[in-house]
Amino acid sequence: MYAALKNHLATWLFQLRGPQTGVIVLVQRRVFILPTRQGLVFAAVLVLMLIGSVNYSLSLGFVLTFLLVAMGINAMIYTFRNLANLQLSAARTQSVFAGEKAQFAVCIDNPGQTDRYSVGLTHDKKESTFVDVPAQRTTVASIGIPAPRRGLLRPGRLTLFTRYPLGLYYGWAYLELDMQCIVYPRPAPRGLPLPPAESNAGLGAQRGQGQEDFAGLRQYHPGDSPRHIAWKAAARDQGLLTKQFSGRADTELWLDWRQLPPRMDVEEKLSRMTRWVLDAHALGTSFGLRMPGRTVALGSGDAQRERCLEALALFENPHQNDPSHDQPA
Amino acid sequence: MTQATISLRNTLWLTAALAMVAAPHAERLPWWVVMLAAMLVLWRVYIGRTRLELPRKWLIMMIVAGATAGIYLNYRTIFGRDAGVALLIVMLALKLLETRSQRDGMLLTFLGYFLVITNFLYSQTIATALYMVVCVWIITAAMIGLNYTPPPRGYRNQLSTAGLLLAQSAPLMLVLFLFFPRVTGPLWGLPHDAYSGVTGLSDTMSPGSLSNLSLSDAVAFRVEFKSAVPQPKFLYWRGPVMWDFDGRTWTIPRYYDNVWMTPRYGELRLDATSPPVEYAVTVEPHNQRWLFALDLPGLVPPRAMATTDFQLRSAAPVNNRMRYDMKSFLNYSIGLEESRPALQRALQLPPGFNPRTTAFAKALRQKFADDQALMREVLSMFRNQKFFYTLSPPLLGEHSVDQFLFDTKSGFCEHYASAFAVLMRAAGIPARIVTGYQGGEINPVGNYMIVRQADAHAWTEVWFRGEGWIRVDPTAAVSPLRVESGIAAAVPSTDSLPAAMRGGYAWLRQMRLTWDSLANSWNQWVLGYNPERQRQLLSRVGIDDATWRTLAVILIVATGLIVLVLSLFMLRRLRTVVRDPVKRAYLRFCRKLERKGLPRDPAEGPSDYAARLAHLRPDLAPAVAAITRLYIALRYGAGPGPTAIQQLEQQVRHFSA
Repeated sequence: MYAALKNHLATWLFQLRGPQTGVIVLVQRRVFILPTRQGLVFAAVLVLMLIGSVNYSLSLGFVLTFLLVAMGINAMIYTFRNLANLQLSAARTQSVFAGEKAQFAVCIDNPGQTDRYSVGLTHDKKESTFVDVPAQRTTVASIGIPAPRRGLLRPGRLTLFTRYPLGLYYGWAYLELDMQCIVYPRPAPRGLPLPPAESNAGLGAQRGQGQEDFAGLRQYHPGDSPRHIAWKAAARDQGLLTKQFSGRADTELWLDWRQLPPRMDVEEKLSRMTRWVLDAHALGTSFGLRMPGRTVALGSGDAQRERCLEALALFENPHQNDPSHDQPA
Repeated sequence: MTQATISLRNTLWLTAALAMVAAPHAERLPWWVVMLAAMLVLWRVYIGRTRLELPRKWLIMMIVAGATAGIYLNYRTIFGRDAGVALLIVMLALKLLETRSQRDGMLLTFLGYFLVITNFLYSQTIATALYMVVCVWIITAAMIGLNYTPPPRGYRNQLSTAGLLLAQSAPLMLVLFLFFPRVTGPLWGLPHDAYSGVTGLSDTMSPGSLSNLSLSDAVAFRVEFKSAVPQPKFLYWRGPVMWDFDGRTWTIPRYYDNVWMTPRYGELRLDATSPPVEYAVTVEPHNQRWLFALDLPGLVPPRAMATTDFQLRSAAPVNNRMRYDMKSFLNYSIGLEESRPALQRALQLPPGFNPRTTAFAKALRQKFADDQALMREVLSMFRNQKFFYTLSPPLLGEHSVDQFLFDTKSGFCEHYASAFAVLMRAAGIPARIVTGYQGGEINPVGNYMIVRQADAHAWTEVWFRGEGWIRVDPTAAVSPLRVESGIAAAVPSTDSLPAAMRGGYAWLRQMRLTWDSLANSWNQWVLGYNPERQRQLLSRVGIDDATWRTLAVILIVATGLIVLVLSLFMLRRLRTVVRDPVKRAYLRFCRKLERKGLPRDPAEGPSDYAARLAHLRPDLAPAVAAITRLYIALRYGAGPGPTAIQQLEQQVRHFSA
């Protein structure tokens, strides 16, 4: 009952509305500020100084004490100003393998005329990234969040905070940006053999993409393997061209779920297949993926690698990872 | 909270700030405390530079114990002002030595502020205040450095932010200073050494005590005359009156064990024959009870009393600058009906001392039956024989008066006053010594009079039947210049005297007087701002009998206003400034729609937006279309005319969703 009430209060007070797309503007209602423990110690020291000034009738003691009181109040405005009216938006995230740290980047845009200093971004209040945001500039702050399991990782509620300038106040704002990171399964250790390739040598005249005979050049498309780029042509200033191969003895490598022992754990199978994808990509062969309910057609290059890894990451995994609601594993 | 380790850069900032604040204490601390603190600080800097481990806890505890014991042996206490400051400085240096984290650093900055206040226990001059402003600035900059991650590279930003922060705090500080309810301290007993080290007259007078005082150009008190300034020969500022002589030293009687010296309050009884001189005295703290007034004081200041020999005594030692209104009668007669015990006391001489003086007085007595004739004879002896007035008289032995009168014949005012009083008493004429100040310098800059310690003087009062106590200044007989023109004219130019008392260098003198005038205003309005002044100020703005509740209301309202103004000032430049009038007008148009729940998508162009709006709100379609068309024409068309811009602005202004 109490917890529910507290949750309700927090939701209302901190305006927790779930992930937001687009730009979050830190309007006054979104920036919160409280004195830090050091701020309270400072206040206690000021009280002592005031008592000392009264006791010894020190006029300059009064001057100093009141100057520091005024500075303490002033610092509150400074801390608030350091966050107010910043505009935050999600930047691109890079996919990672389970067990690595997902890097979430947040664009902090300062449209105003005042420089902001030492603005911190954190997701768990333990590790933080600090950046300066000069006036009319945008700074990217990126934060690493551990990705223990495959799937979609959302950063959850991030906190943008500052203690600048005097450390007497802690100003903060909660951000729930619509960002996600695809976490690929952790690859199995190296050294496992790839499944045998199916050769379709019998279909002699068919012109297909192969790996053996050079067939010509075409314009480079993103996703083409760098090893097929005609570097000599690039050196002659002809732009990026991709070498095309054809071969009657074209190898088609199907990475098939059924090739793994049926009693093997699902996650282990995925991890094994991740290793296959990486190895196949490294070999430069054309490969495809067959899994229950999902098939990735044959292909090669970086784009194919990503397609396959994504399919593995999201396999039978409708729920999304959210570190703020994470169960201990 | 972060438990981040403190960077070397921040440690050095802190060290510099604390060293600056502690520096003025160095001259007052025992040499070994200064050495110890300096060594600990250097050790910390060395550790920081070489990235060594900080010393172990047991080592620090041992240094703490050793330093505490040393301070106890030095001061015989670890409480009290001086010992407390010494202890605080050693502890600060040790804390610096074991400073690891940002939190330790913050604690040090707080202690640094506290250390600033301990400096004010010793000095509150303008110079000290200015120096401490610099110190507070540096401490604040160090504090900013501690809360800046990653550590800033330059020092410019840190210093300018700290300066701005402090400067913007000044208005609120002023309001708090003026209106914070003041109470008269102290709240509890002060350590006995709270006010040591101040100069002034003491309750005894022996050969050399006043000439020592004459070496100090410290200000004793300042006087603002409300009526005309009296002639120099009337400028006798009455202080302690001494009755008892032990052969060498004169002392004041402890007034409360003499029935005939019961203190009086309020108006004093004296026969005045001329209108009084009215003035206000601001006396510097001297840790004694005397208050000074021109001979003869005609009223008793509040929280003070007067004795029958017209000493003004404050109820408590004067530990703070004190201001009181006073009036004096220059022509007066007192003590016409002096009591017998008092006259007895004024004739006492210690037996066995100064035999030649006693014999000389007896001989005079036989020659002159009339008291006044005898006195005139003694004064003419001072005037006509080879007596010298000097600041550095030869040392005197056991029979000091004998030696002075018959052998050395040179002395300062205390020698003349003492010798004269002894002669009078030996001849059977009641006499007493009055110490105080004589003269004073008018400061034309602030139009007030400065009386310095160097103006300290001693004279005598003798009692004649039918005339009462008469002031006789034997020094004036020897050196009339002393009374007419001040001490500088009276003593030989080879005698060392504070530069302030010498003439010459007109511009230097002018500068000195300007500075003193500034210091006087500082004393009156900053240092002397007490509950009384606060009441005066409030009644001047029309608030009489302000209770603390009134003050609280004033404080809250004024603080609120200042904080509001400051916030508006500081938060005014956070929004995007759109300089392009076309874009500004279009954004305003979008804001109007956004308020109605029709926001533009971040990736939506003006035409798409207009099309979507036309679909959602057909009623707005014409206006939206007109604005959008105009905007696109201005933005992407060639050469927008100023009339078109005005037209757009007008349409946006009249647009309402």
